[in-house]
Order: sequence, then structure tokens, then C-alpha cells
Amino acid sequence: MDAFWFIAFPYLALVLAIGVGIYRYLRSRYTYSSLSSQLLENRKLFWGSVPWHYGITLILLAHLFAGLFPGAAAFILGGRVRLLVLELTGMALALFALFGLIVLMIRRLPTNSLVRRATSYMDGIVLGFLLVQVVTGVSIAIFERWGSLWYLRTAVPWFWSLVKLHPDMSTVATLPGFVKVHFIIGFAIILLFPFTRLVHLVMFPIHYLWRPYQVVIWNRRRGRTAVGSTELTR
Amino acid sequence: MNVRAQVSMVFHLDKCIGCHTCSLACKNLWTDRPGTEYMWWNNVETKPGTGYPTLYEDQEQYHGGWILENGKLRLKLGSRPTELVNISFNPRLPTLDDYYEPFTYRYKDLIDAPPGEDQPVARPISMITGEEMEIEAGPNWDDDLSGSPVYASNDPNLRKVMNEEERRQFFEMQQLVYFYLPRICNHCLNPSCVAACPTGAIYKRGEDGIVLVSQEKCQGWRMCVSGCPYKKVYFNWNSGKAEKCILCYPRLETGQAPACMHSCVGKIRYLGVLLYDADRIEEAASRPDSELVDAQREIILDPFEPDVVRQAMADGVDEKVIEAARQSPTYRYVKLWRLALPLHPEWRTLPMLFYVPPLLPVTATLTQQGRQELAADFFSSLESARLPIRYMASLFTAGDEKPVIAVYRKLLAGRIFKRAQTVGDIRMDEALKALDEAQLTPGEVEDIYHLTSLASFEEMFVIPPMLREVAIEMGVDPHEFQEERGAGFVRIPERGL
Repeated sequence: MDAFWFIAFPYLALVLAIGVGIYRYLRSRYTYSSLSSQLLENRKLFWGSVPWHYGITLILLAHLFAGLFPGAAAFILGGRVRLLVLELTGMALALFALFGLIVLMIRRLPTNSLVRRATSYMDGIVLGFLLVQVVTGVSIAIFERWGSLWYLRTAVPWFWSLVKLHPDMSTVATLPGFVKVHFIIGFAIILLFPFTRLVHLVMFPIHYLWRPYQVVIWNRRRGRTAVGSTELTR
Repeated sequence: MNVRAQVSMVFHLDKCIGCHTCSLACKNLWTDRPGTEYMWWNNVETKPGTGYPTLYEDQEQYHGGWILENGKLRLKLGSRPTELVNISFNPRLPTLDDYYEPFTYRYKDLIDAPPGEDQPVARPISMITGEEMEIEAGPNWDDDLSGSPVYASNDPNLRKVMNEEERRQFFEMQQLVYFYLPRICNHCLNPSCVAACPTGAIYKRGEDGIVLVSQEKCQGWRMCVSGCPYKKVYFNWNSGKAEKCILCYPRLETGQAPACMHSCVGKIRYLGVLLYDADRIEEAASRPDSELVDAQREIILDPFEPDVVRQAMADGVDEKVIEAARQSPTYRYVKLWRLALPLHPEWRTLPMLFYVPPLLPVTATLTQQGRQELAADFFSSLESARLPIRYMASLFTAGDEKPVIAVYRKLLAGRIFKRAQTVGDIRMDEALKALDEAQLTPGEVEDIYHLTSLASFEEMFVIPPMLREVAIEMGVDPHEFQEERGAGFVRIPERGL
């Protein structure tokens, strides 16, 4: 059973996420959208969206950094004070995100008829998975200290074994059940990406930082008649 | 010099009767889909008034358009990193409360109600949720100055130019005055919606300057809605995409006038090509407030000048488009006669929709003995206008009264001249003196008179050939091309999960 969840499932999730994501992008790019409902409801969104996005983004970046550079992470977490400060910061961010997530869930309740009109059943599934993920994450931080340290010796080697195509689940197979759930739900959320509004994360428009302000598109090339290609002049 | 063509518009406000036919023509054609119920790509506002969405002109609230900072143009919305940081919650986004919750009535109740003591009533229901609702506002809730204490007296332009006492006097019944302001997307030369879009989904078409949102690329980050100071980009809550006036480009491409213009009852609208110098856009948009109107006129080029024509051809503007620019009614109103002014040039987007300001508030003061005042009183009548010149300046010239006065002098002098000619109760030499003061010739007055009052459909809408056929290489079978590349959406555009 563990072999499925910790070897087959991660690969399945990644392949589906990338494959279906590309398929959806090519086949119906139109469906790629943040599907914002801010127009319909503004106040609750502020208390939900802002804590959620800032909190979860920083926490994800911390996971990613420690996963990519375990050596550096181990060095940073090496001191007692530094470990405490970082764990506390992480906990604060997680609770911040959890608060936002709960507000976002309340916002989607059927009593908010306007927001409800812009809600699909997949939104409910996404919110449910995210809630389980954040709650297990917070529980791990509370009950299995110090997560940021043993993460480097358990999950990170497992990730790298998956990346190197030599899957080795020995470092994670013996962990407690709710830690395993956290890992599995993590990959389940990756799996959900192309099937839900989560695709908006992949589309984050970082290129706005360097793209020219004005965009002019010609139906044909200037000065001559050419194949009906559109050319982006800048 | 880099010559490009722009389909531009002129609205003659004296002729607008506020019938909203344009709005309905547009609504029925483009925004009758789920998610677009609240959108009015074309709307008609009563001025003074707070407009739609409410107080859209107050950029301290919405942060639309550009600002000048140390001589450099910057989005008032904030820097690029600021925008990305605010992407999960846009603090400057107007919400449904700022527009209105679209409603209809449950008409079927009128027929289906069981027999009873009372007359059946069609209750208002929300067009979004379908639930019963209390109607609190509409897109033209302040039509004809209704609710003036709430709406008209809070007009940002009025607040800028009048103190409280002046505003109180202004709203005395005897003093009341208003006019209509129809608005569509301005298809700006320096569009701030394009600049604000993080994805780069909004673009200006090179050939005709129409500003469009690529529905495929748009990811619904909503920055364009805030970025546009005119609030003419809207968010479709159903599709999760931004939408805006497309200047009826499918109609233009088949030689038809846009629906709002075609249906205009008062014949207030004109459409035609303007040639402009694309190299000078940034420079023109960066000039001090008082020079903005002139700067915009300067970069609009004379299609009769040989240098301009040569450069236009070199830059790929088709000969037929240049010919259309020569016939263009908007060229005459904007550049030749200098009668039409842009709306809020201080937002520095270089809007390409121009307005001939309404004479109404001026003429009303002129009939002391039932007679038109003569040239000698000309300027005093302008100063005592019921709707002060500085209000018009706040709307059309970034607060500079000189260009507004120049326009009014021309409009008034033209009327005096035509009255001398046709009614004969004004001496012709005085009329000519008025023309002289307004820097007009009798010939120009006749041209203005003709285009204003007598113009035919073809003179009002000089639609350039859009030349979509030459966008396909010669030798390619158009039918094959259509099947390969598709026209419009190949699949039904459906909301994503």
C-alpha cells in the first residue's frame, strides 16, 4: 500500500498534472483564469484572500527552498535560536493562512448567493483538500517537533529519490500516519492542478516585471502583405 | 515619425438627447450573456453627476490612468511589483456596489398567479442570483439629475470647481442645468489598461488602433479594470475574463458603423480615421496638464501633407486608409476646426474619442429681450454661463479654460453668423466681427454647419477599409485558411473549473 502512495502516486500525480495541464492549455486556453469573484464580494475576500495567499506562498517557498537546498537549510536551522525563530514564524504564517482559508470557505457557503453563482463543485474539493493539508501541516509542527529539521532527513531524500528515478521510500515509510497523509494530500493537490482553478498559480504573470507597457498587434506585418501571422511589436 | 492610423470618434454633445438608444443597441448586441449583465460598454451619463460606476472620475479612490512623476509617466495604480503583490486582492477594484446589481422582474407571476383578491405583482429579482432583491441603484440612476443631493452634488468635477455655497446656489431650481455625456471605450493611444495588464492580454491593433482583450490570454487578474481611469474595462464574473467595448470591429470590418453610432437618434456621433505619430505618444502624454490638449492635437497628422503621406505609405498605412483619413469627419472636428476635446486628458491616456462641448449652458443666458446677444457681449455671456466654463475645463481640458473658451467662441460665432444669414435680426457686419474674434471664416462656418446639421450617413461615418483580406497572403485559399486557423472560437468558450 505504501508503495502505491509513496512511489506510484507521486509519479501519477506529476505526470497527470503536467500532461493534462499542457493539454488543457493547448486545447482550451480560454479556461485558464483566476476565476476571481472579487467583483461580487469584496470584504470577506480581503480577510480571506490576503492572509491565505501571503501565508501559503511563503510556507510553500520555505518547503521548496529546504527541498532544493537541504544543506543550506540545515545550516540555517543549526542554531537553537534560529530554529525557534523560524519554527515560530512558520507557525504564525500557517495559522495566518489557515485563518484566511476558513474565511474563504465561509465566503463560499450557500448563504452568500452572489459568490455562490461563481462557485463550482471543484472549488469545494480544492478548499477541502487545502484545509486538510494545512491542518495536518500545523499538527505536524505542533506534535512532531522539530519538523523543519527532520523534514530534511526524511521527506527531502524521498523527493530526491523520486527525482532521480530511483524511488526509495524507506525514509518516509515509518513516519506517523498524519504525516503520511500530509505527503499524500500534497501530491493529490498537485494532481488537482489541471482540473481546477489552481492552474492560476502556474500562470502567475512574473513576466509583467519586464514586459513593455504597451502591446501592439498587427493583423499583418507592416509595409508588406504577409501570411496572416500576428506579430507582437514592442 | 512613425505614422499609424486610428479609428476615432467625435460626439457632438449639443445634439445628445439622452435617449440611451446607443446603450441599448450595444447591450443587445454584446452584453446580454451571463456575467455581463451589469456591463454597459456604452452608457450615457447626466452631467453634473457621479457617473457609472459611481464616482469613477475620482482617481484618489480608483487610482486609474497615468501620473507624471519627475517627468516620467507612471501608472497611478502602482509599480509593477506593487501590482503583482496586490494580485490576490486588488484594493482598487470597483465592486458590484459601485456599478449596480443587475435586475429583472418575475414577469411570469403576472400570468401564473392564482386567482385572488390582489393584483399580481412582478417582483424584482437579481439577474445574477435569481433571488428576490431590493433595487438600490441602476447604471443611470441619476438620469436627468434625479437624486441630485446624492449624485450631482458629489460630481468630482463640480466639487473641484465650486465651493459648498456655490454648489448650493447651483442646485436652486432656477439655476439647474445639465447635459448628457455618452461614453464608450476611448481606444486610447497610451492605454493604461494595456499597461496595467500583468499578462499582456490587452493589446492595441496596429492597423486601426482598436483596443481589445484577448479572451484566450486573459487570466482575470483584474488590474485593467482599475488601470482604466474611464472604467471601461469590465470583469465578467462568469467567464473570469475582462471584457470591453470592441468598437464593433466585426461591423467595422464589414463596412458598417458600430451599433451605438448606427442607432444614434440625435445623430451626435461621427467616426473616421486619424493619422498620428506613434513615436511621439510618450512625449505627448508626458507634457504638463495645460499642454495636454495641444500635445494631442500635435501628434495627429495632416493627411494632406505630402511628407505625412509618404511616411504613412512607408509605415504600411494603406492608400485607401489615407484617403479615408482625408474624408474623416473626426479630423475636421478635432484638428482642423479644433472644436472637439478629449475627456479628462489629465489622465494621460491620450483618449481618441472627442467631445464637442454643449452650448446649452451658454445660450440660456443670452435671451434678455428675446434676442441673441451680439458680438460685443460675447465674452461676458461666456463668463456668466450657468454651467461655468471651469466645469467644462475640468471635464475636457485638464482644467485649462482657454481651449474651452476658444471652442465656445467658435460655436457661438457660427450661430450668430447663421442667424444673421437666415433670420436677419443680427447685422451681418456684427456677425462677421464675431467670426473674426472667434478666428473663423464664413467658409469654415458653412462646413461646420453642414457637418453638424445636414451631414449624411456616409459623411458622418467614414469607415476605412479594414483590409482583413490582405492579412492573408495572396494565393492562400481563404476557405482553407478559415478552416485551418478558425475564425473566432473553434470551441465553445466555457468557464473553466
